[in-house]
Amino acid sequence: MGKNPEFVKFDKVDKSYDGKVLVVKDLQLDIAEGEFITMLGPSGSGKTTCLMMLAGFETPTHGEILLDGNIISNIPPHKRGIGMVFQNYALFPHMTVYENLAFPLRVRKVEKDEIDKKVDKALSMVSLNGFETRMPAQLSGGQQQRVAVARALVFDPAVVLMDEPLGALDKNLRESMQYEIKHIHESIGVTVVYVTHDQSEALTMSNRIAVFNDGKVQQLSDPAELYEKPVNSFVAEFIGENNTFNGEVMDIDKDKCKVKLANSEILANPISVKSKGEKTTVSLRPERALINPTDKMDNMFTGKIEEVIYHGDHTRVRLNLLGSSEFILKVPNSTSNLELKVSENINIGWNSTDARALDPK
Amino acid sequence: MSSETKQILTTDGIPLEVSLKKAEKKNKIKAFLLVAPLLLFLIITYVFPIGEMFSRSVDDKMITNMLPKTFKEMEKWDGKELPSEEVFAAFYYDFKVLVEKQEHGKLGQRLNKEKNGFNSITKKLFRQVKRKKIDESISIKEQVMKVHKRWRNVEYWQAIKRTAPPYTMSKYLKGMDMYYAADGSIAQVDEDRRIHRILWLRTLEIAFFVTLFCFLMGYPIAHLLATLPMKYSNLLMICVLLPFWTSLLVRTASWMILLQQQGVVNDFFVMIGLVADDNRPEMMYNKVGTYVAMTQILLPFMVLPLYSVMKTISPSLMRAGKSLGGTPFVAFWKVYFPLTIPGIGAGCLLVFILAIGYYITPALVGGASGTLISNQIAFHMKQTLDWSFASAMGLMLLSGVLVIYWIYNKLVGVDNIKLG
Repeated sequence: MGKNPEFVKFDKVDKSYDGKVLVVKDLQLDIAEGEFITMLGPSGSGKTTCLMMLAGFETPTHGEILLDGNIISNIPPHKRGIGMVFQNYALFPHMTVYENLAFPLRVRKVEKDEIDKKVDKALSMVSLNGFETRMPAQLSGGQQQRVAVARALVFDPAVVLMDEPLGALDKNLRESMQYEIKHIHESIGVTVVYVTHDQSEALTMSNRIAVFNDGKVQQLSDPAELYEKPVNSFVAEFIGENNTFNGEVMDIDKDKCKVKLANSEILANPISVKSKGEKTTVSLRPERALINPTDKMDNMFTGKIEEVIYHGDHTRVRLNLLGSSEFILKVPNSTSNLELKVSENINIGWNSTDARALDPK
Repeated sequence: MSSETKQILTTDGIPLEVSLKKAEKKNKIKAFLLVAPLLLFLIITYVFPIGEMFSRSVDDKMITNMLPKTFKEMEKWDGKELPSEEVFAAFYYDFKVLVEKQEHGKLGQRLNKEKNGFNSITKKLFRQVKRKKIDESISIKEQVMKVHKRWRNVEYWQAIKRTAPPYTMSKYLKGMDMYYAADGSIAQVDEDRRIHRILWLRTLEIAFFVTLFCFLMGYPIAHLLATLPMKYSNLLMICVLLPFWTSLLVRTASWMILLQQQGVVNDFFVMIGLVADDNRPEMMYNKVGTYVAMTQILLPFMVLPLYSVMKTISPSLMRAGKSLGGTPFVAFWKVYFPLTIPGIGAGCLLVFILAIGYYITPALVGGASGTLISNQIAFHMKQTLDWSFASAMGLMLLSGVLVIYWIYNKLVGVDNIKLG
């Protein structure tokens, strides 16, 4: 079966609540069938609004949303057949787990035997067999979360929306639930639209990530590309850590540019700069800078160690480099580790391809 | 717990339980002292008056104290034939004492309630005693029987005997339009004189419908209050509470202004041509007035518990219901409504119990067909001064409320009530 690359389509969607401020601006987003897409962004960036528009609880101020080629803007939520997992689970507190799961089937007038079978299947999917008669209040947070996921999937919806579903769980549980949801998605192939503000959650789970800021999608790409090749300084800043240098383009050719900083020059990869004299912010991932590089590298400098922080699997080193004392290095911990001492000078080098010259902050 | 489990000791060798009790004792005493004033207050203002009410409602000692000798002699009387000379004599001597104390009138009134016609024959007997016409050296029975022919009627003596016990349930029977017949059995009052039963039923009916109207009107208001943005909901809340802060009497009076035949509502109806000017409907001094005014006055008692429950229901539950495929109605009926039942229970119970004992409003706007049992109680408190009857009816009302509470507890469970 050919997969529809435009299974869900936001077509020039605007949304405003008060007629003055646009919460979502000219959103153009295609979601493929069976894809796990995450809308990632800080709070107030419009990602939840997009989800609510897709679910039918908000109407787009302008533009259309299409589901499998059909315009759904005028279809009420209960006829859209979209499953949804809410932030606080929204389990019906007066119903047992079984009744919660049976609810979407009962309103669809499914036969009793069929309901039993489907509920059983959904519960085994989240490994909660035997919990049918429990009330939601008798379950732990993680179990409630799994019931909510099972309930959103039990009626075989084409699309499942998840609105920060793991926000209320503690760190360990959150991580194991991330894998669980990812595996469920892989095994049943449902299209998932996932909203979160947690970047590591987005990177772990998604096929593609749409980074939202200020009502716009800043970048839409797969996790690796998003991390390695951010297209603007917001994405670079928001996803993972990075070291930034603000400067001005001195010289530019096809894949290299010279950026003048306050009192030195670096070579960088021109991403969003096009001509000489432009202001730019150069972004460099901490793990891309090497200590005492053996090979020749585009940028080689000496910095003074300001602080060494032990993190278990790696050590973070803060350097005073090129006039900034906020330069961070990530050094993996191993047996052959370097002796890093505060106020010593070390040599640092990185390639120009890893230093991305983006729009100025 | 099995007694064989090894006793746990503290490091000093004192059993843990003893040590715990000792440690907690001070706190317990402190806690008790804090609530003691309230406890005392409750006993003085609640338990004691109800006890007093109860004893008053069954009390019949007055007559027992008036005729001590008579009742002593009557113990030997079988109550079938006219009593013996001794009974007559004892009654005469008791009566003489009462005449000296000028309390014979009270006796007449009290006995008259038991059987009509006593008042006049005690007055006749009084005159004979006052003029010292009765010769104590000869048969008193013969002389008393000559005073009036009713003294020769055994039914009157039976009536006196019935008043002998110091306690009586007759007030309660009267409250249900029943009485003790001459032979001591319980009988119904004639059909055209059964006013109390009508009042009881009407009270229940009005309380039921007022609760229903309050529910039907209060539920959407409470929902609106719980879901509107803060600035609007605060305004609406004030609108709900404003009448609550106004004097009950003022509100009832304003309903009188609105509802009377030449009142605002009728004027409006005439103006828009709904009714003819000479055919204005009566909306007051009947049940309609009672319904309208009581519903308005009791509405906050329904809205507030509902609101406090609805406020706790997450709006995402309704959304979940809809996103799972329920129509808005199904989502409301299967998800939202069941979650509001504790509030409905609390509101209905509160309104019903308040309505069942409502007094001022029905008294002012109810007229003849809109008065309730509480108005009857007030009538006996203030007009007839039959306090024991008023007490009896008050207690019947109270036990009615308790029964409703008990039924509610069986059906819904009191721990499901949420008042806020």
